[in-house]
Amino acid sequence: MAEATKTAEATKTDFEPNIVAFLCNWCSYAGADLAGTSRIQYPPNVRVIRVMCSGRVNPLFIMNALQQGADGVLISGCHPGDCHYMQGNYFARRRFNLMRNFLEYVGIEPERVRMSWVSASEGAKWKGVIEEVVEGIKSVGPMDSFKRRQLNW
Amino acid sequence: MNGKPRIGVYVCHCGTNIAGTVDVEEVVRFAQTIPDVTVARNYSYMCSDPGQALIVDDIEKMGLNRVVVASCSPRMHELTFRKTLNGAGLNPYFLEMANIREQCSWVHEDSIAATEKSKRIIEAAVVKARRLEALDQKEVDVEPATLIIGAGIAGIQAALDIADAGFKVYLVEKSPTVGGHMAQLDKTFPTLDCSACILTPKMVDVANHPNIELMTYSKVEDISGYVGNFDIKVRKKTRYVDVSKCTGCGDCASACRQAGRFANEFDEGMGMRGAIYLPFPQAVPAKYTVDKESCLFLSKGKCGETPKCLEACQPKAINFELEDEIVDFKVGTIIVATGFDVFDATLKPEYAYGVYDNVVTALEFERMVNASGPTGGKVVMLERGKKKKKKKEGEEEEAPKVPESVTFIQCVGSRDKSVGNEYCSRVCCMYTAKLAHLVRDKAPDAEVTVFYMDVRAFGKGFEEFYDRVRREGVRYIRGNPSEIYRKNGKLIVRAEDTLTSTPLEHETDMVVLSVGLCPRTDTRDVIDLLKLSQSSDLFYLEAHPKLRPVDTASDGVYLAGVCQGPKDIPDAVAQAKGAASAAMIPMASGKVKVEAQTSIVDETTCRGCGFCVEVCPYTAIELVEINRMGWHVKAARVNEALCKGCGACAAACLSGSIQQRSFKDLQLLPQIQALGVK
Repeated sequence: MAEATKTAEATKTDFEPNIVAFLCNWCSYAGADLAGTSRIQYPPNVRVIRVMCSGRVNPLFIMNALQQGADGVLISGCHPGDCHYMQGNYFARRRFNLMRNFLEYVGIEPERVRMSWVSASEGAKWKGVIEEVVEGIKSVGPMDSFKRRQLNW
Repeated sequence: MNGKPRIGVYVCHCGTNIAGTVDVEEVVRFAQTIPDVTVARNYSYMCSDPGQALIVDDIEKMGLNRVVVASCSPRMHELTFRKTLNGAGLNPYFLEMANIREQCSWVHEDSIAATEKSKRIIEAAVVKARRLEALDQKEVDVEPATLIIGAGIAGIQAALDIADAGFKVYLVEKSPTVGGHMAQLDKTFPTLDCSACILTPKMVDVANHPNIELMTYSKVEDISGYVGNFDIKVRKKTRYVDVSKCTGCGDCASACRQAGRFANEFDEGMGMRGAIYLPFPQAVPAKYTVDKESCLFLSKGKCGETPKCLEACQPKAINFELEDEIVDFKVGTIIVATGFDVFDATLKPEYAYGVYDNVVTALEFERMVNASGPTGGKVVMLERGKKKKKKKEGEEEEAPKVPESVTFIQCVGSRDKSVGNEYCSRVCCMYTAKLAHLVRDKAPDAEVTVFYMDVRAFGKGFEEFYDRVRREGVRYIRGNPSEIYRKNGKLIVRAEDTLTSTPLEHETDMVVLSVGLCPRTDTRDVIDLLKLSQSSDLFYLEAHPKLRPVDTASDGVYLAGVCQGPKDIPDAVAQAKGAASAAMIPMASGKVKVEAQTSIVDETTCRGCGFCVEVCPYTAIELVEINRMGWHVKAARVNEALCKGCGACAAACLSGSIQQRSFKDLQLLPQIQALGVK
């Protein structure tokens, strides 16, 4: 028993999660670019999809990413009130909250799906967000609930 | 679709910026294995002429119909490569960029991890490129007019340049007069030009220029539309004075029952004004304004029998019935030139500003040395907040004391993390040198000392001027004072001379705090209007720090002056001229390209629920009746001129019938799949 726990813990620490992030073009993508220009180092676990506005992110994209093998999803947009398209981040926030309730309901750890506000000048904050998200997902381990399992009859 | 996808993948080394971390050869070998990739190459600088020629050559010889460039951020070079495709006869929207520099090689040191991540990013770009579609970029006419917000020196200069070129300018200023902070200054460094002498002619020019519509005491209330066609709404606050009748004689101001009772903002609160006032004698327009809060008649409803100003005004210009006026107009471009606030010195309590009368800010001191300022240009000790004793018959007014010593403290609110301002304000070193020189001039017996951290005399003629001021006997002590207190009627500045490591207590009569430049407290108002971004210092963010210093992320909106970051007068003027010429580009060409990545509706599946209509922030979508195989049903329709391409509608649609071009579900889902793979 004790050994089993040890192995589980070992897998958790070795485990490098794969995170799909949706970033809005004007704030968070620019913020992530700034982190690059400033040579701020952060874990390579996040892979980015650029959308023009966080309001473009269909909640089903989150499901889709988790089904396709991602261990977690991050959505990041402009700070409330700063949306380049006036209200897109508010839509994103409402949809995200509803979606997260649903995901919790079907048994997906809330650590896996995150939303953040990162502005075009917050390169350092972007690093912090990534580190937090990676840590959070590491703590819950790989996402396998949605994966098709090989069954041995 | 233009036939089966034939994709070219181009991996940029960017010198060693990418190739130093990412194994580009390995990435190219991988790219060649992705289905539909016809060719994959790497090159030292893809954005260079030979780099772009590689792409053009392959498009022509190999019949490529999709291009993936794996290099820097699309925010950097997407336009560059779109032009390359266009030049090779391929629709520019058949380009997809894979950002392996800013979001990969620059942020990961581990070469293996960075190479693996690059492969994923490139694969995601390839699968998206496979499904890209040709888009048509439409052009619209540009309204040949500019809105300029703020009429300080930057706004004034931009207005004059654009108006002289023959375009209409609407210059909107919040305060009752144009001129901004420059009008408050006495002399300018390093040439000691009289500020008013070089500024006031320009102030008069903007008021008289046939192409400039000047709106002072006004506020922009609403901006909608896009580059070329902005709709502007301005509130012209009422002055309770009919400006067409006011002659600027000033009889009203001297008659006002409240005359001399309120701090005059223009004099930094050192001079006094009444309820009806002109900020300063050279104000433009030279029209009086009633301050609603301080006017007895407007705030209390009663001012004697009749307000004295009404009686005094010969042309009958004062009218308390006047109301705010709302003006609507259209412009093609917008320049933001809203300026700055000086640092609030009370945030540094150790310097006891507001506690001791003779601890003043540099801008207050500037007003003091100004000949038209509250002390008539004399450097004198202040007795603030103390009511003047009534003069007795025959008693002579006591002449104010001249300070025997004046001490300047540098970097108050600049280069100071404790107040959240890490930046250098760029003007304080030199304005201090100038003010020190003026003290030498006006109070020749006074001892002048400057406490500084570093002296940054970087501009043209700055070092020479700094040298001259030191030769004039101004003492510079390197050290950041820790405290100011009073002892035996003198102010004591406690500091350490860090060059000799000696703690010292410096006795002085007057302390001038060299306050820095800060973003305005009403910065948010303009952000709410225009959705501008801020940099970490909270000034407005330019589109690119090096190559697009006057542009913003919003097309057709430009920045000028200190609202973008601290700068001195020549720099503000240079940027204003830059912003003016940038704003004139679309206006001179008369046409501007509009967003092509707009939304499109599949009318055969749209169920006409109207969710998209509700979420659209631009009211670009409406429900129309269509004939679907004999049935009259409702379906959404997009007005492409209004659509800005945010995609909110696409996320709201239950049936996936409305999609954003270049960000369609079927373009993003394969991307998600490619990135999800372990």
